[in-house]
Amino acid sequence: MSSEPLLVLDGVVKRFGGLTALDGVSFSVAPSEILGLVGPNGSGKTTAINVISGVYHADAGSVCLGGQRIDRLPAFRRVPLGVNRTFQVPKPFAAMTVRENIEVAAYFGARGRVDIDDVLVEIDLADQADVLASGLTVNQQKRLDLGRALATEPKLLLVDEIGAGLNPGELGVIADLLCRLAARGIALIVVEHLLDFLNRIANRVIVLSAGRMLYEGTLENASRNADVVAAFIGG
Amino acid sequence: MNDALPPVRNRLRTILPSAITLLVIAAAFIIAPHVYGNRSLLFSMMTFIVLAQGLNLLYGFTGYLPFGYVGFFGTGAYTTSLLVLHTHIPVLLCVIIGGVGAVIVGLILGPLLRLSGAYFSIANLAASQILYNIASNQDLSSITGGPYGLKIDQVYNPTACYFTMLVILLLATGLAAHFRFSRFGLALRAMNQDPTSAAMAGIDVVRNRLIVWLVSASIAGLAGGAYAWNLSVFYPDAVFTLQISVFAIVFALFGGVGTVLGPVVGAVVLYALYNGVGISAPQYFEFIYGLLIVVLVLFLPNGLMSLLARRGVRVL
Repeated sequence: MSSEPLLVLDGVVKRFGGLTALDGVSFSVAPSEILGLVGPNGSGKTTAINVISGVYHADAGSVCLGGQRIDRLPAFRRVPLGVNRTFQVPKPFAAMTVRENIEVAAYFGARGRVDIDDVLVEIDLADQADVLASGLTVNQQKRLDLGRALATEPKLLLVDEIGAGLNPGELGVIADLLCRLAARGIALIVVEHLLDFLNRIANRVIVLSAGRMLYEGTLENASRNADVVAAFIGG
Repeated sequence: MNDALPPVRNRLRTILPSAITLLVIAAAFIIAPHVYGNRSLLFSMMTFIVLAQGLNLLYGFTGYLPFGYVGFFGTGAYTTSLLVLHTHIPVLLCVIIGGVGAVIVGLILGPLLRLSGAYFSIANLAASQILYNIASNQDLSSITGGPYGLKIDQVYNPTACYFTMLVILLLATGLAAHFRFSRFGLALRAMNQDPTSAAMAGIDVVRNRLIVWLVSASIAGLAGGAYAWNLSVFYPDAVFTLQISVFAIVFALFGGVGTVLGPVVGAVVLYALYNGVGISAPQYFEFIYGLLIVVLVLFLPNGLMSLLARRGVRVL
């Protein structure tokens, strides 16, 4: 793992009306690192992804990528800087073919520097290239989301619950793929409920609860942390 | 070298049919007055094709249905007429500035794009009624002519009007072809299907939507200017009536939005029907029109063009 962090969050706050979804969250991720984000439902995991990717704007605090502040930039301007993501419920361009989905991202997100066929092979959808995205299974649509993100040459990839609903075989394939991407130098933040899955890939985890960071460290030690146990099981 | 081949062939496959379409439309409306004597009807038909096509640019490619589309048309008509009355600018330039006037109104109404679906349509409808009420306001009679309308018959020139409208029609159809086949069009398709994903593909959704909105507005503004020039004497109602919006929407939907030919075919067929039945037997016209809309919604929600697309024909 390289020491220089790629992404640094400092005191990030996000409120929705009276609800504080993120309450002073600070952490960093380095290139090639896989950071797991865990916590009970509503703890702010997806909000964190949305704030980093620009779907929401932080109410306070800063988000820096490679030393540059990005928290005021709209999402589409963060893409060429190297930020991309997948969605909890996949959001493909349903009336376009698989290839067109990748093409759009490659053209507008990376000015066509990426080879579309390579991406299709990587996400194992080369055989479905000419199928409409609406005709794919959810598992395939999740991989298409990932492929669309990869087509923009991300430095930081935010993966939101890609494991939910997949069988053990499919999970293994995805885990290998994510590890390959990290080995290539991409920093990953993986939101996941499946702790076994996370245990296989994450170097480090952060436990969120009600918008606050409860714990940061290895997943193994997390289960011995009293605060974490209380948040998950009730104490 | 091999890599360069497919894109070039691809471009030919899209540019050639588009060019042929424009040529056919131009030829049809250049020849038509020699075959069919009622040039004023042909002019109106072109006006409604332009409006259907202009509406298609916005609705067909972004999914925003502008119920108040007529507002831009009226704005163009008034801008052009007032310039003719108060300046010595050549009338053709006045028509072009009419298009610019509609763009300015479009910019002012730009925040409406924050709304979506029915909310956008209703807000846009209200905006067009505001424009109508400004134009027809008694207290502004000294500027806008108020309820008595405007009179610019000193520049009346039916032949020049006719060809001006034809040029606007070709412009609108050319733009539709551009939206359908260019990279910009690819971005529009992506935005239309999922704006969040489009943003994560690096597309500036807000800017693109605004561009299409303003382009669509300018087409209606230009058409309004040429229409006013051809009318030469008109009441505010003539260029702000909601019926113009409704016609543009029905014509475009009937042909098929999101295509290049759909609005053209829809407007030609329905406007011809309107004149065939609507003038001679208006009571049947309302009946037939109503029936047509019901059938359209039930069986052909994607318009006439979808009949071809369903059979695997590549629709322009």
